[in-house]
Amino acid sequence: MSQGKPPDGTPDSQWPLWEVFIQPQYGAPHEHCGSVHAVDAEQALLNARDVYARRNEGMNLWVVPSSAIVGSTPEDVGPFFDPANDKAYRHPQFYKVPRGVKVF
Amino acid sequence: MQTPHTDDPARVAAFEARIARGEVIEPKDWMPDRYRKQLVRMMSQHAHSEIVGMLPEGNWITRAPSLRRKMSLLAKVQDEAGHGLYIYCGTETLGVDRHELVGDLLSGKAKYSSIFNYPTLTWADVGVIGWFVDGAAIVNQTMLAKASYGPYARAMVRICKEENFHKRQGYESVATLARGTPGQRAMVQDAVNRWWWPSLMMFGPNDKDSPNSAELTRWGVKKKGNDELRQRFVNLTVPQAQAVHLTLPDPALKYNEASGNWEFGQIDWDEFWTVVKGDGPCNRERLAARRKAHEEGAWVRAAAEAHAAKQRASTVAAA
Ligand SMILES: [Fe+2]
Ligand SMILES: [Fe+2]
Repeated sequence: MSQGKPPDGTPDSQWPLWEVFIQPQYGAPHEHCGSVHAVDAEQALLNARDVYARRNEGMNLWVVPSSAIVGSTPEDVGPFFDPANDKAYRHPQFYKVPRGVKVF
Repeated sequence: MQTPHTDDPARVAAFEARIARGEVIEPKDWMPDRYRKQLVRMMSQHAHSEIVGMLPEGNWITRAPSLRRKMSLLAKVQDEAGHGLYIYCGTETLGVDRHELVGDLLSGKAKYSSIFNYPTLTWADVGVIGWFVDGAAIVNQTMLAKASYGPYARAMVRICKEENFHKRQGYESVATLARGTPGQRAMVQDAVNRWWWPSLMMFGPNDKDSPNSAELTRWGVKKKGNDELRQRFVNLTVPQAQAVHLTLPDPALKYNEASGNWEFGQIDWDEFWTVVKGDGPCNRERLAARRKAHEEGAWVRAAAEAHAAKQRASTVAAA
């Protein structure tokens, strides 16, 4: 494992981690599909193509440095999302309409 | 990682309640130390198996009998590399680095599926591997696609989609040889004879002899026991063998009307443990091949780094 160490001293197969997002078809949102290690963005894109899109799984790929992703904390799921809990009036079912009228 | 060595019983209970409700555990969720360790062990062994699994078949790429077979085999072996990468990436979400895992493989510390320590003696072996080994992998991985750990389950879903091609190309090749010349028939029957029992061993020891399995089942990583999966594989495979008039090398094989199962004979567990412990026909050869590939790839990694450094420098200069 001593070969190929980059100048910054990181181990040879442990280049920066990139998260891969794939757009399955035009018009669809990008979805997270996994990650790759790569020296730079260009190589990350090529690796992502070879690892996650060998069968035309997508029309477009994004790679994002994993360190750039900020996530909410699973432990805080209750308090974090609770502002939405008591707002039934944000849903159409909350509203009564005269019987027999087709609203949509 | 940050998890203390003895886990808070209240948190463990809450975790087990989540598992019982069928919830999926994600990387940042709290999990017992043991769950994390068992997953790292199981997932990294699985990833190593995909990578080492490229070797027995890779041997035959240059000797494939037609361009069509060569293209299929290349694509299949490349898929296995992909499978290894999906699972390494899933394992890294548990707080380990891939280079540590690769290091454990190359040093001989880590285990991988013992099936890949058998030699591929003839072209027929390649077809039989697709049929049996990938067939067995599908049975196992279909179960794991419902595992309680999200990144593992998602990798399995992706892998299962690709494995179907692996199995079909193998079975097609076997069926072709089975209706070929007497020489081709004999060659494929011989490959079947050699690969059948090691394929049954792929499911691991009997449940009663598999402590890891019990723990993984309790935490919803495994949803079915080794014996149940093995039986499922046998039930699927026997009719496929009959359809191409090949014999499975087990005189005890017989259909049980009442259970609907194909009952089979004794597995040679001594052979299994010999191979697991490192003394199978090809253990040393496989590790040597992996080490050689890793060392010979060093210049490619160095070149990629040099290129990236040059790009960075020219961006800075331009700015
Ligand atoms: Fe695979
Ligand atoms: Fe496969």
